Amino acid sequence: MPLMPLSGRRAAMKNKLSLFSLPYVIWMALFVVAPIVLVVLYAFSAAGGGFTLENFSRMGDYLVVFTRSFKLALVATGVCLLIGYPMAYLLSREGPRFQRVAMMLIILPMWINFLLRTYAWMSILENTGLLNRLFAAVGIIDLGNLCNAGLNTLCAWLNELFGLSLSTGRNTQMEFFRMINTQGAVVLGMVYNYLPFMILPIYSVIVKLDHSLLEAARDLGASSSRIFRKVIFPLSLPGVLSGVTMVFVPSVSTFAISKLLGGGTEMLLGDLIELQFLGSAYNPRLGSAIALVMMGIVLICMLVMNRFGEGEEQAVIL
Amino acid sequence: MKKTLSFTLILSLSLGLLLSGCGSAGSENPGAGTEKRVVNICSWGEYIDPNLIDQFQNETGIKVNYQTAESNEALYSLLKTGGANYDVIVPSDYMISLLIEEDMLAQLNFDNIPNFSLIGDAYKNLSYDPENLYSVPYAWGTLGIIYNPTMTGGDIDGWDALFDPQYAGNVLMIRNPRDAIGIALMSLGYSVNTINTDEINEAYARLADAKQAGVYQSFVMDEVFDKMETGEAAIAPYYAGDYVSMLEVNEDLRFVLPQGVGGSNWFVDAMCVLKDAENKDEAEAWINFMCSTEASLANMDYIYYASPNQGALEQYPAYYEEVYGAALDPGVFEIMAPSQSVLKHCEAYLTLPQDILTLYSNLWIQMGI
Amino acid sequence: MRAPTVFSKLFMGLVFLFLYAPIFVLMIFSFNDSKSRTVWQGFTLDWYVQLFQDREIMSAVYTTLLVALLSTLIATVIGTFAAIGFYNMNRRLRAPLLAIDHIPLMNADIVTGVSLCLFFVAAFQLWGSAAAAINSALGTALPTRLYLGFTTLMLAHVCFNIPYIILSIMPKLRQMDKHLVDAAQDLGCTWLQAFWKVVMPEIKPGIVNGMLIAFTMSVDDFVISYFTAGSATSTLAMVIYGMTKKRISPKINAISTLLFGIVLILLVTVNVREARQEARNAARKI
Repeated sequence: MPLMPLSGRRAAMKNKLSLFSLPYVIWMALFVVAPIVLVVLYAFSAAGGGFTLENFSRMGDYLVVFTRSFKLALVATGVCLLIGYPMAYLLSREGPRFQRVAMMLIILPMWINFLLRTYAWMSILENTGLLNRLFAAVGIIDLGNLCNAGLNTLCAWLNELFGLSLSTGRNTQMEFFRMINTQGAVVLGMVYNYLPFMILPIYSVIVKLDHSLLEAARDLGASSSRIFRKVIFPLSLPGVLSGVTMVFVPSVSTFAISKLLGGGTEMLLGDLIELQFLGSAYNPRLGSAIALVMMGIVLICMLVMNRFGEGEEQAVIL
Repeated sequence: MKKTLSFTLILSLSLGLLLSGCGSAGSENPGAGTEKRVVNICSWGEYIDPNLIDQFQNETGIKVNYQTAESNEALYSLLKTGGANYDVIVPSDYMISLLIEEDMLAQLNFDNIPNFSLIGDAYKNLSYDPENLYSVPYAWGTLGIIYNPTMTGGDIDGWDALFDPQYAGNVLMIRNPRDAIGIALMSLGYSVNTINTDEINEAYARLADAKQAGVYQSFVMDEVFDKMETGEAAIAPYYAGDYVSMLEVNEDLRFVLPQGVGGSNWFVDAMCVLKDAENKDEAEAWINFMCSTEASLANMDYIYYASPNQGALEQYPAYYEEVYGAALDPGVFEIMAPSQSVLKHCEAYLTLPQDILTLYSNLWIQMGI
Repeated sequence: MRAPTVFSKLFMGLVFLFLYAPIFVLMIFSFNDSKSRTVWQGFTLDWYVQLFQDREIMSAVYTTLLVALLSTLIATVIGTFAAIGFYNMNRRLRAPLLAIDHIPLMNADIVTGVSLCLFFVAAFQLWGSAAAAINSALGTALPTRLYLGFTTLMLAHVCFNIPYIILSIMPKLRQMDKHLVDAAQDLGCTWLQAFWKVVMPEIKPGIVNGMLIAFTMSVDDFVISYFTAGSATSTLAMVIYGMTKKRISPKINAISTLLFGIVLILLVTVNVREARQEARNAARKI
């Protein structure tokens, strides 16, 4: 960058152009900053008015919900990464026609609403749902019953032999596998809904990699796996970070997926917050406090993650 | 590729707008400033015959925006959050007392509701609205247990079945604090309106233990319809009128109104007008319409909840026979509208003091956790 | 790059199967001749007929598409100017503003939704007292009671769409050659002309990109709409959420099939046309 001062004309134009952002700055002050300030105000205020910390004092009660949400979100993010990264990488190696069609196929489900995608799994996972009917017809449930019976006898035998106390009460009369209303179903819902958000950023970064770098590495004698480890993977990290962010944050704060697929018996953070605003336990102050704490933890996670990658140059989705 | 996507988007957008615009002809954005009369109603799911809405719109020319809420507590949150603009709401007895206490309801102008005289005296001036200034009863019923004998292997006779690990994974529980904790209280023989915190905590403990033991498949409100009808669950506590609706789809289902130790609960849902409602006249017109015998009969026949309109209630069996050609099963009618001897064993919810309400709220959050 | 192996094709096939199997199940059971979503009992188009008669769902689809379109357009205008403005700012001013701009992106949907809901309600209360005061002072008839509805829904959607637009345009601005603008002004353009004729074409791909993403995000949204649309306005997601809480009707299956079908058919058509165009261009070059 030359050190000479900007010419007067260019500086004047720059100044004029930077004013273009004024409407948006006002917009941000109104619709981004003010709402967050309101949330902070609500979090620190008591029902009768006045500053208080009591909304935060009970945060320990909800530790279970916090750990549950973060655990499930981490699992979902991990699974998305495991599926999404290879998918993005393999996609990037295909021909341009294939890539174009594949991209469209990945984005297409996003145009059917998120809720419809989640609802689709309900009829598949229910006790009387498709998968269970399929399993019953093919005999997998009988197989499961047999396995349970076998395990029961095995454990009883081991108990006798070694004086253990293994469980021998496994259900041998199952008519279905319990898939819906479990945490597994919630994770499945998260992975299904957010997988495109993991694939697309990684793909868009890998595809823009400078091929000459890869050719140079190959010329210098690196094996394919070495090229991947030393060249492709590090350069794709901004995409990975972007993908992880776009999967982790919605997963931690979802409430529709846990309501539809989780049965409402084990609340996640999203359920908890929604309960306080439009649910059965109206308390916007407590809800704001929980939302604030969640925001804070997520922010810390993001900051920690960003130490591994570039800050501003985030991968664009497309 | 991006040109493709954007081009496709524009085309599909126009198509979609065209299709849906045709389908929703007439229902433009609200607040368009027209002179059209509108009434905004918030009621419950499966709680009105849709033909009645059309009939009202045709007769009076008032457009009806019919929304539903999930439970009384959810309705309360909606109202307190402040963004909603309902005119008519249909809360249950205890919620009406709370709303009156918080000065959120408008006093009704009964000159605009002449059909109020058709309401039976047994449903006027009830404890939640002693001078009957704010509400007009809409429907009443009881809370009982719906179960599928083919799945439970026998009959259920009391609230204990809802806590029994024998039925683990096949039991549903109601998703609102008053009913859930109320059921536990009744199972222990306490009053549903107790303000004894020990009793309430004991009831909560019973619920929490059962949940811990995996008895509950899910906490539901109106999802119960699908779940019981398809055989996804075996036992569910719910309201009598909904049982009769479910019976139409799945004839295996049975209903029991526990009359043992704690008895059960009977409730009244009543129509109220919000204090800051913008369309009070239209709201009262709606209330008047729903009180009429003709509308009450039609509604009873659709939602199977007993109507407080005395004439409609008495005429219903004859009406049923006329419409369907077959006589109404007296057992079913007894479930819809139990006799006084049965109602004796049922307790109505009263409003609770604020600290108890807070306790309920906190326990409910604990329950979800 | 190495030729794709059987394994890679298999893996990709499985992933696509995973992505589309539930949607296919939805579509198949929209033709089911019974209310069941799991037991096939014959073919019928009844649910589609019922769907078009269902005013609630149809008006929700209309609202969803309208909000998506309008909010994308408004967000594009504001966002494009904002991106250009930010690009021309000095770094010290730009960094915090961009950080604030990224907040709706980074924030969980539920926090954005809840905060906007609180904000709108507070704004309504302020307006209410202000309007009442003005009415009594000046005798006007300003509405004193505002409520959540289409306008707040759209404002909320614009709110989370603008960051996507900015995110798409900024890289294009950075890639742009600064000297082009200088050259244009040397050749006699005013700064406005230089802007329209040089900068805009350079960032147009970024704008289109951003509009695409913004539209997708808007159609896909549920949580933010849930908190800001109020009682009378519903997007498709809200209607479906309400329907899943009651008796589920295969009308849901029908609407998803329709939506999916329309977009798929159009995508295929346009893709085929583009492929033919490319083949023609390639042939011409030879």
